[in-house]
Amino acid sequence: MSEASPLLNLSGVNTHIGPYHILQGVDLQVPRGALTMLLGRNGAGKTTTLRTIMGLWHASAGAVTFDGADITAWATPDIARAGIGYVPETMGIFADLTVRENLLLAARSGPIDEARLHWIFGLFPALEKFWSLAAGVLSGGQKQMLSIARAMIEPRKLFLIDEPTKGLAPAIIANMIAAFRELKKSPDTTILVVEQNFLFAKSLGDAVAVMDNGRVVHAGTMAALADDRDLQHRLLGLHLDQHQ
Amino acid sequence: MTARGASPIPLRHRDLLPVLLVPVVALAALPLVGSFSTWVTLTLAGLAMGMIIFIIASGLTLVFGLMDVLNFGHGAFISIGAYAAALLVPALAGFLHADSLFYNLIALLALIALAMVVTGVLGYAFERVIIMPVYGQHLKQILVTVGGLIVAEQILVAIFGPVQIPLTLPTAFRGSLVFGDVAIERYRLIAVVVGLLVFAIMLLVLNRTRVGLLIRAGVENSEMVEALGYHIRRLFIGVFMAGSALAGLGGVMWGFYRELLTPAMGMDVMVLAFIVVVIGGLGSVGGCFIGALLVAVVANYTGFLAPKLALVSNILLMALILLWRSRGLYPVAKR
Repeated sequence: MSEASPLLNLSGVNTHIGPYHILQGVDLQVPRGALTMLLGRNGAGKTTTLRTIMGLWHASAGAVTFDGADITAWATPDIARAGIGYVPETMGIFADLTVRENLLLAARSGPIDEARLHWIFGLFPALEKFWSLAAGVLSGGQKQMLSIARAMIEPRKLFLIDEPTKGLAPAIIANMIAAFRELKKSPDTTILVVEQNFLFAKSLGDAVAVMDNGRVVHAGTMAALADDRDLQHRLLGLHLDQHQ
Repeated sequence: MTARGASPIPLRHRDLLPVLLVPVVALAALPLVGSFSTWVTLTLAGLAMGMIIFIIASGLTLVFGLMDVLNFGHGAFISIGAYAAALLVPALAGFLHADSLFYNLIALLALIALAMVVTGVLGYAFERVIIMPVYGQHLKQILVTVGGLIVAEQILVAIFGPVQIPLTLPTAFRGSLVFGDVAIERYRLIAVVVGLLVFAIMLLVLNRTRVGLLIRAGVENSEMVEALGYHIRRLFIGVFMAGSALAGLGGVMWGFYRELLTPAMGMDVMVLAFIVVVIGGLGSVGGCFIGALLVAVVANYTGFLAPKLALVSNILLMALILLWRSRGLYPVAKR
């Protein structure tokens, strides 16, 4: 695939959950080597978009293309094996397994790479400290770190991360920002993050897409959105004067 | 690696209260029973019975925990395992009737192996044909697996007839070992050893292998296991076959324990198995082990002290446990 083509492309994606029509024609391009923020109000369809990409809910119409392959009808494990690391909104950690076992399971191709593990420990020191502890006893922030570390334990082409700052204290969010900056340093890494925290999104995002009512209603650069308060207000209902 | 293991953080709190239940119940029963030798006999008989119930129920709890399948058809594999072994008994008569513990053990192992292979293969077919179309639909699961159980039972009736078939214990397993006033049936000791072996192997597989890690993770969150790139459905098939094979093993042990086979023997023991699974915590092998021992020793003590209560002792025990811990002794995280 050419470097200019997006790594992930959603074209006219519709998703139904039971009787509900959640995604109503999503068009989304995720450029290679960039961090794209997917923003929008609650219920806009952001999480459903990530779950549809992962095959956890299948699209009823439209196409999801990843690295040139049409993955719309693929099974979730095959999508993961194609090179996508997924961090769900619920974090999805295995509470009865230790931190070590959670990471071991995510390292599909064999033993954990020591150098990469130490790199992750540098980003999230708490994981080294609680290495032998059951993941269920970790704090909310530590669980989120584990969930992200699990996606990062092996190189992936694309990371899908759903609301990494949800419910976290400001100090932990700062820790997350540092970790994402570190992750972004690799030119081969592409990240799509669903986020509600605009300040977090603004500090990290290269590109942005905004969803409303099951559609992408705006796509562009994060810098352009950050500079346009009227657009922020119109798309996200933000009055950032209160936050900045 | 760094000194991760030497972290000053205290390790996870080990919940040992359920482990203490069986010894506490046993010690509490001692003054009520009165006679020490009777108490030892009742306790050991209960432990042996508990081991067999554990073997039967362990597959059920794994299937329920990982696959979220209410498999009433598990009882069919108990009966089929016992009958499959019975088919091989005439061929192994020389070994079974030899006055040699070694030959008897060889014969028992051969019977167990045959029962496990037959029930494991049938388990594969059962999962593909009967279970697969009803994943995630509990009501349908109950209907089709109960249907499967009835059909299997009637096939056994058609092949072997409705009569009871005797299953004589191997020579060296008959009789009792006597220590003073205490008599311990030999076969019960064999049952204890087999039960402990099964428990140890299950713990080893679950805690020391990648497949075990996947099973434990799958019991908690099968969707996330798939999102990590593992085909959970393939694991389902393997676990279902293993669960069916364990039911077959339990059927052989149960058949020898009763020394007779009936087509309904699997169905008869299913209620007990479900009680054990609920007491232990759905999907918990350790909970299932303790639950099985607890159910069996309580049934024995109650049968001796208050025979009229014996019929309901299991239900009462389950109610008490659930009042104490509403999700069983060792609840699995997601449930």
